[in-house]
Amino acid sequence: MYTFGDPTQWLPFVFAGLMGLSILIYVVLDGFDLGVGVLFPFADDEEKDAMIASIGPFWDANETWLVLAVGLLLVAFPSAHGEILTALYAPVAIMLIGLILRGVAFEFRVKAPAAYKRLWNNAFFIGSLMTSLSQGFMLGLYVMGLDWTLGHVAFACLTAVFLTVGYSFIGATWVIHKNSDALQLKAVDWAKGGIWGLILGVGAVSLATPYVSPRIFEKWFDFPQVLWLAPLPVVSGLLIVWLWTMLRRMPFANDHWNWLPFVAATLLWTTAYGGMAYSFYPYVVPEKITIYEAASAPESLFIILIGSLFVLPAIVGYTLLSYWIFRGKAHELRYD
Amino acid sequence: MLDTLLLSRIQFAANISFHILFPTITIALGWVLLFFRVRYNSTGDARWMEAYGFWVKVFALSFAMGVVSGITMSFQFGTNWPGFMEIVGNIAGPLLAYEIMTAFFLEAVFLGIMLFGFSRVPRWLHTSATFLVAFGTTMSTFWIIVLNSWMHTPQGFEMIDGVAHATDWWAIIFNPSMPYRFFHMMLASFLTVSFLIAGVSAFRWLIGGRTSGVRVAMRTAIFTAALLIPVQILVGDMHGLNTKEYQPAKVAAMEGVWETERGVPLLLFALPDEEARENNFEIGIPGLASFILTHEWDGEVKGLNEFVAEDGTPLHPRVAPVFWSFRVMVGTGMLMLLASWAAVFLMLRKRSDGMGRRGVEGLPKPFLFGLVAMTFSGWLATLAGWYTTEIGRQPWLVQGVMTTKEAVADVPPTMVLSSLIAYLAVYVILLGAYISVIFYLARRASRGQSIEPRLPQSEDAQVRVVPAE
Repeated sequence: MYTFGDPTQWLPFVFAGLMGLSILIYVVLDGFDLGVGVLFPFADDEEKDAMIASIGPFWDANETWLVLAVGLLLVAFPSAHGEILTALYAPVAIMLIGLILRGVAFEFRVKAPAAYKRLWNNAFFIGSLMTSLSQGFMLGLYVMGLDWTLGHVAFACLTAVFLTVGYSFIGATWVIHKNSDALQLKAVDWAKGGIWGLILGVGAVSLATPYVSPRIFEKWFDFPQVLWLAPLPVVSGLLIVWLWTMLRRMPFANDHWNWLPFVAATLLWTTAYGGMAYSFYPYVVPEKITIYEAASAPESLFIILIGSLFVLPAIVGYTLLSYWIFRGKAHELRYD
Repeated sequence: MLDTLLLSRIQFAANISFHILFPTITIALGWVLLFFRVRYNSTGDARWMEAYGFWVKVFALSFAMGVVSGITMSFQFGTNWPGFMEIVGNIAGPLLAYEIMTAFFLEAVFLGIMLFGFSRVPRWLHTSATFLVAFGTTMSTFWIIVLNSWMHTPQGFEMIDGVAHATDWWAIIFNPSMPYRFFHMMLASFLTVSFLIAGVSAFRWLIGGRTSGVRVAMRTAIFTAALLIPVQILVGDMHGLNTKEYQPAKVAAMEGVWETERGVPLLLFALPDEEARENNFEIGIPGLASFILTHEWDGEVKGLNEFVAEDGTPLHPRVAPVFWSFRVMVGTGMLMLLASWAAVFLMLRKRSDGMGRRGVEGLPKPFLFGLVAMTFSGWLATLAGWYTTEIGRQPWLVQGVMTTKEAVADVPPTMVLSSLIAYLAVYVILLGAYISVIFYLARRASRGQSIEPRLPQSEDAQVRVVPAE
């Protein structure tokens, strides 16, 4: 009947995949930007400048993945978009104000009169903190099915803290990669201090999801799925052990392999995220609306898909170009 | 008297008004920077790079403000106006997706290279990055104007079970009001930037920063403004005629016409009374509105009373805000015409010794103060123009397809009020900081003429000071 199968079946799946990928890229890339912001109070003034320099050329593009993610939710699953965002009205508003403060602080802290620099440094920290906490809160509430009950809110508060500490962890691994000497050593300590946030966060979400929904419980623990799903937690565990041993030995001789902790952290995020995606599929609003029910008309999705096939590789290409141009240790952030 | 619909509208208006200020600057400033960059490449003259060096900082600041306030918009569709995407999402969605994919990433990535890559990448790549950022902002303008214009003059779709489905993408993208609105907005951006550059350059000139970089920036700004303002008036007129054809109720509100009449006067002043459905204290030029709108002195203009439902509910916007926004926009435009042409005349006068033109020296002090006062006149005109067209579309959200009321989210009014207050507080502070930082940068750059300040290392990203000529 159809050349490539029924588009009402595979188009929503493809778009759910694209949206999931954007969210993953966002939490890794802007995760380290936000983490750097959360770590700001622990750094002295000169270190603050060095930390900003390590994310300055990238943060804007990193944040754009959030716009793409919410954009895809908006365009591909309009009814779910409304349902999710009205349920999350308050944390979304807090996140947006946080993003505003964080974003403008990049510019103002070096352009406003020197006397105001401390103020804008604080705005950078507070903005990053508000954004991280509200994203963690949204994660928790989403996992709990978007219901505002006391227990769910308490759980969401926990995930808010865990995600924020998790961001600070991946931020620290980025600082390890982009900086050297005393700041690098400090960042190793930050990473050691932040890894527990990641572990507890992943643990809390992993334990809570099957508890909240019997459907998810069966998906994970029924035979034979449990066999081929078992590697996922095992791999996560191994990554954590590997990260921990690396951090204990850092800094490496001649600063070789300084990017390994960041890569390991990214892999850890990816496995955790993959597990979550597996749990929730095919639902976009947990246990209420599936991606197939929420999807836009196929002809509209198709026209976006055609564009994405050309544009997304280009985006990936020039993003890599940018990371390559600004590779190596961060220098002072200069316009020349 | 808390009403979710009204509060949500105020909140959206506040967000989008704050947001549009910054794209209005970055859209054209990107091209102006490319012009400076290319002039430097071809002449090797350092003054072009001096101008580039100053204005790229304003660009970076404006861009950051635009990005963060823009993200707010994309979330507000869901938090406050879920009905919009549910009913017309099949059309709005792809247009927004194309904006994100073809514009947002392009500008964001190459902005990093443009700002921080000057000494890291070859010259051609830096110039290309400047071009791609300008191109990205223009693509972004194109897609969002396509969507906005479609909301005013929708076509190329069919309604199935209350949901719009696209039937003809070409018709959707090139909907009747799109070309007019796009060029009107592009020109508005260039005029805003021209007066911003002219105002800040006049400020620097007045406090003694008379470098050759300031001179070329001022000249570029004044000639751009003088050249484009007549074009803008022409495009604006054509846009008005297009609106008369597709949204006659909006034009009636703009002109304050209640009854369908011939030989309608152009009202310079009036106080529209929504209850009595008439104007008080009218002052007008007889027949002129008819002439502008129909190009005939006794041409017929449809009145607002044609757009009332049988039960008496008005199907047209509230008249006073549309009427007055329109007058503020046109008035500011006229002032821009006067100022830019006077500046050109003053600058092109021969010097008393007969050696060439007077240039910036030809501008008298009070005139320079006037330019400083007009630094943000483009913002005023742009906002007033958008208020005219957007309030003018009410009560519709998508003309004839869905009303604004149908789209609003069922969020408790106290919740909307809290977020509104928070946004407003942030916006007021940021706007103050933005304007004061621009003038602070201008003061620093000007002072640098006589004294080379020793900046602490961490302030290296601040304005690079150019030595005196």
